[in-house]
Amino acid sequence: MAVVLINDKPVDIGNERLNLVQAAAKAGVFIPHYCWHPALSVVASCRMCLVEVGDKKPDGTVAMQPRVVPACQTPAKDGTVCITNSEKAKFSQARTLEGLLLNHPLDCPVCDKAGECMLQDYSYRFGKAQSRMIDPKNRPANKPDIGEHLSLFTDRCIMCSRCVRFTREISGSAELQVINRGHHSEIDIFPGDPVNNPLAGNVVDLCPVGALANKEFLYKQRVWFLKSQKSVCAGCSTGCSIHIDHNKDIVYRIRPRENPQAQGYFICDEGRFDFPYINGKERFDRPLVKPAGERSEPAESAVAWETALPDIRDVLKKSASALAAVVSPMLTVEEAYLFAKLIKGFSPQATLYLGWVPNVGKDESFPRDRKGNPVGPVQFTIRAEKCPNRRGVEEVLKHFQGEVLGFDRLIADISSPLPTGGEGAGVRRRPQALYLTAGYPPRLGAWLNDEQTKTLSTIPLLIVQDLAPTPITQTARYVLPAATFAEKDGCFVNHANLAQQIRWAVRPGTMGRTDGQIFLSLLGRRGLIQATKIRQELAAEIPFFAPLAVGDLGEFGVKLG
Amino acid sequence: MPDFEPILLRRINAGASPALDAYRADGGYRALTKALTEMTPAQVVDVVKNSGLRGRGGAGFPCGVKWTFLPPNHPGPIYLCVNADESEPCTFNNRILMDKDPHQVLEGILLACYATKASVAYIYIRYEYGTAYRSMQKAIDEAYGANLLGKNILGKEFSLDVYLHRGAGAYICGEETGLIESLEGKRGWPRIKPPFPAVEGAFRKPTVVNNIETLACVTHVVNRGADWFKTIGIPPDPKNPRDAGSYGSKLYCISGHVNKPCCVELPLGISVRELVDKHGGGVWKNRKAKGCIPGGISMGLMTEAEFDTPLDFNGPGKVGCLGLGTAAVTIFDDTTSIVDVLYNICRFFAHESCGQCTPCREGTGWMMKMLDRIRQGHGRMEDLDILDEVAKSIGIMPGTTICGLADGAGWPVKNAIAKFRPELEGYIRGGQKTSMSLAVVH
Ligand SMILES: Cc1cc2nc3c(=O)[nH]c(=O)nc-3n(C[C@H](O)[C@H](O)[C@H](O)COP(=O)(O)O)c2cc1C
Ligand code: SF4
Ligand code: SF4
Ligand code: FES
Repeated sequence: MAVVLINDKPVDIGNERLNLVQAAAKAGVFIPHYCWHPALSVVASCRMCLVEVGDKKPDGTVAMQPRVVPACQTPAKDGTVCITNSEKAKFSQARTLEGLLLNHPLDCPVCDKAGECMLQDYSYRFGKAQSRMIDPKNRPANKPDIGEHLSLFTDRCIMCSRCVRFTREISGSAELQVINRGHHSEIDIFPGDPVNNPLAGNVVDLCPVGALANKEFLYKQRVWFLKSQKSVCAGCSTGCSIHIDHNKDIVYRIRPRENPQAQGYFICDEGRFDFPYINGKERFDRPLVKPAGERSEPAESAVAWETALPDIRDVLKKSASALAAVVSPMLTVEEAYLFAKLIKGFSPQATLYLGWVPNVGKDESFPRDRKGNPVGPVQFTIRAEKCPNRRGVEEVLKHFQGEVLGFDRLIADISSPLPTGGEGAGVRRRPQALYLTAGYPPRLGAWLNDEQTKTLSTIPLLIVQDLAPTPITQTARYVLPAATFAEKDGCFVNHANLAQQIRWAVRPGTMGRTDGQIFLSLLGRRGLIQATKIRQELAAEIPFFAPLAVGDLGEFGVKLG
Repeated sequence: MPDFEPILLRRINAGASPALDAYRADGGYRALTKALTEMTPAQVVDVVKNSGLRGRGGAGFPCGVKWTFLPPNHPGPIYLCVNADESEPCTFNNRILMDKDPHQVLEGILLACYATKASVAYIYIRYEYGTAYRSMQKAIDEAYGANLLGKNILGKEFSLDVYLHRGAGAYICGEETGLIESLEGKRGWPRIKPPFPAVEGAFRKPTVVNNIETLACVTHVVNRGADWFKTIGIPPDPKNPRDAGSYGSKLYCISGHVNKPCCVELPLGISVRELVDKHGGGVWKNRKAKGCIPGGISMGLMTEAEFDTPLDFNGPGKVGCLGLGTAAVTIFDDTTSIVDVLYNICRFFAHESCGQCTPCREGTGWMMKMLDRIRQGHGRMEDLDILDEVAKSIGIMPGTTICGLADGAGWPVKNAIAKFRPELEGYIRGGQKTSMSLAVVH
């Protein structure tokens, strides 16, 4: 047990090994800092976090050190006294800020970071309003091609070296470095070696100022127009916690959200940059129906939900005993549950298959050196399994069917001599009707080959729920629009059985509905879907999901299994 | 005082050959033989500790005490980094020692490594020192040939390898942890402490960093004993409990506006006046001195009136200077503009700041810009106050930086404002332009 005094206020930090920035945060005192970041090594060079420090002796007297010290480099121990608001501490912080602004262009009106810039915020809180330097500022040239997605506004840099340390300590690729000395120091790359590693985008979030900019976001929105939603990336089975920054139903930016249980502090570039499809023009936003018997012609027509859903319900009911459904690992647990319930509700013989599980390449762990070899303890992993919820869907399927049948099994079953009808529990039927959910991001490409598409089109009744047109939607009798992760509530279970909550940020088109809403309506349940209620329902029903009974899974999610 | 008999410069002043044979003929490597045959490493440490020998590289830390900071019973390797970066302006004594009597230095290195159980010594040598590099390399080669380096030196249990490593021309690589980073192949950015090098230094192993001159002294301390060493120099000031004394001799460098720039060896405690008048041949062109830089520019400025200050570890501080530094005295005459002196100094530090710490990176650049403006006749009175504030707020003493470069950058500025304010004010008031033209290094 260790008690630290922050501005005379005692805080018990227990056995935690904290620095004074962290200990002060526990006491509700914010110590400004730039170079320190919990995921990176301590360099204590920006000197933004200067405070006065002393020791409280057992006899109650306090011995203060004569000089200010960086809080980020000072361990919090029992009896440590830390003063952040004395004249001396405040003077030191203000002087550091004055130094940082000397050569800063102060071009906030045209800077992307304005509004979420630590230089703005600290200057306001801890700095002085007026610069005392009348001499010309240094004007180093900008480096717009420092990375495929990155632009460096060199003159805005405050030399905190976070970006450099990130590429050395987390990605391992070490593209960034400091060149020159003194006040001419600059961030740079080796000529012809831009920052294009798979984690490169993180340096933009790490950059406390507007020096490193995300070219995909640059000049698209002022940040104060953005609203932010806490969610989870659907890009791979790591399930990184993210912020979805959006405005007026358009997603503008995806940023990592700290989650010690999931991925830590960062996200990969695929997750960060692969969202424009959410705003894509080609997305379905209403049901499409084709007259029976004309399935090869693209003579589909849009129908109102009010007509389409009862129709679909009817046709499904008719094919109940030879009904199959593909449950996509892009669906949330709640959606998979409702879907399974719907399908099994038609007939216990209806068969559920796990949707296609995209696997691309191998898991990529970081840091790794420039030859791709791992170095040091793993800091981040991009998983080969490019879907967010295989684990969750599998558990739902196990519950409803006792086993998980893969997508290949479906293809085999369609072409096999299984019986097509009749009674008898536990006997799989050759599907006569198929309800297929997909929702894969277009980056993954065509996931059905021609052969598979052909096999699926032999099924008399095909209902496909997907984001945008593909060969299989063209042969389907009914097409229902699917929703992306940014448009729905629910939870995903990642590779390590961590259930995390996703929350809707934008709406799925003016006419769109989420997958869960569709299943709910098909189940004949009234009203709008409430993911939390469904979650509690399935938690009560499926033992694996019992911990989800809490409903709200919090910021970091809930461990299952 | 009778003329002092030089110790470190004895052979050099006599024009003796730097070769191994000649060094041995003059009694060289006797200290090593004595240590290896008669003394344990701990005894060598004790002798050096008892001698009161303090580091000659600038900080004046007691040498033997520093050695005791190594973790006891460490499985090794332990390293010695020999600081031969010598980049403090106007300092050139390490060069003379390496150029002209490399084996004296090498013997000190061997003794230090024996005492600290270091198995490898890296000599980090300033790039510009071409002759010293070649001379040291030759001495190392000779030593390997004579079983004075390598395995089982002189048939004893002690082995040592010595490598010469050339710097690339950065002042900051003379700072001990900047040196270590640079040695490891990284950017010369000083490290935060703790851990101190003695605990985690080069290649994350315990490391001692010592200056060339300090190590040369070690040779003689071991040879002639602690008591002998203490007969030279100045004992601790009894009124100052923190003074560890200034024993031994020092290689004083004299340069600037004197008739005879030179390097002389004298007992610690000589005054600037005596150095200039007796050894530097007086101020040049029959002029008077305006002041001096007493120990490398990091130590601040002295006025002519302060020239009687003894140059020992305690003296310069009494007149507001940072310390003894490298004891390299640079005189400027009374026609020199203090603005030019300051501008030149600030330009140096702005150029040499490694750029890590905000206060140093921005402060040194700003001070240079202000002085550049002042020397061009556009100074404002308030610039002096800003300069003073900046100078006093950067450095490890106020606590705002990682290394001492910033203290050194601020000290001459704050000294100048305290000691030469009327001149500076007059300059600004008169809108005077400087007489000197200096190519601005940006
Ligand atoms: C900016 C800076 C530059 C330094 N340059 C040198 C140098 O060139 N040579 C040197 O011996 N010590 C230099 N030092 C001092 C070293 O950090 C260190 O104290 C010294 O090498 C220790 O050796 P000593 O104890 O034998 O003096 C420098 C210190 C600072 C802060
Ligand atoms: S570019 Fe940004 S993150 Fe990198 S050193 Fe500059 S301010 Fe820091
Ligand atoms: S004080 Fe200056 S030279 Fe020393 S580490 Fe900091 S920036 Fe570099
Ligand atoms: S945050 Fe502590 S010195 Fe930068």
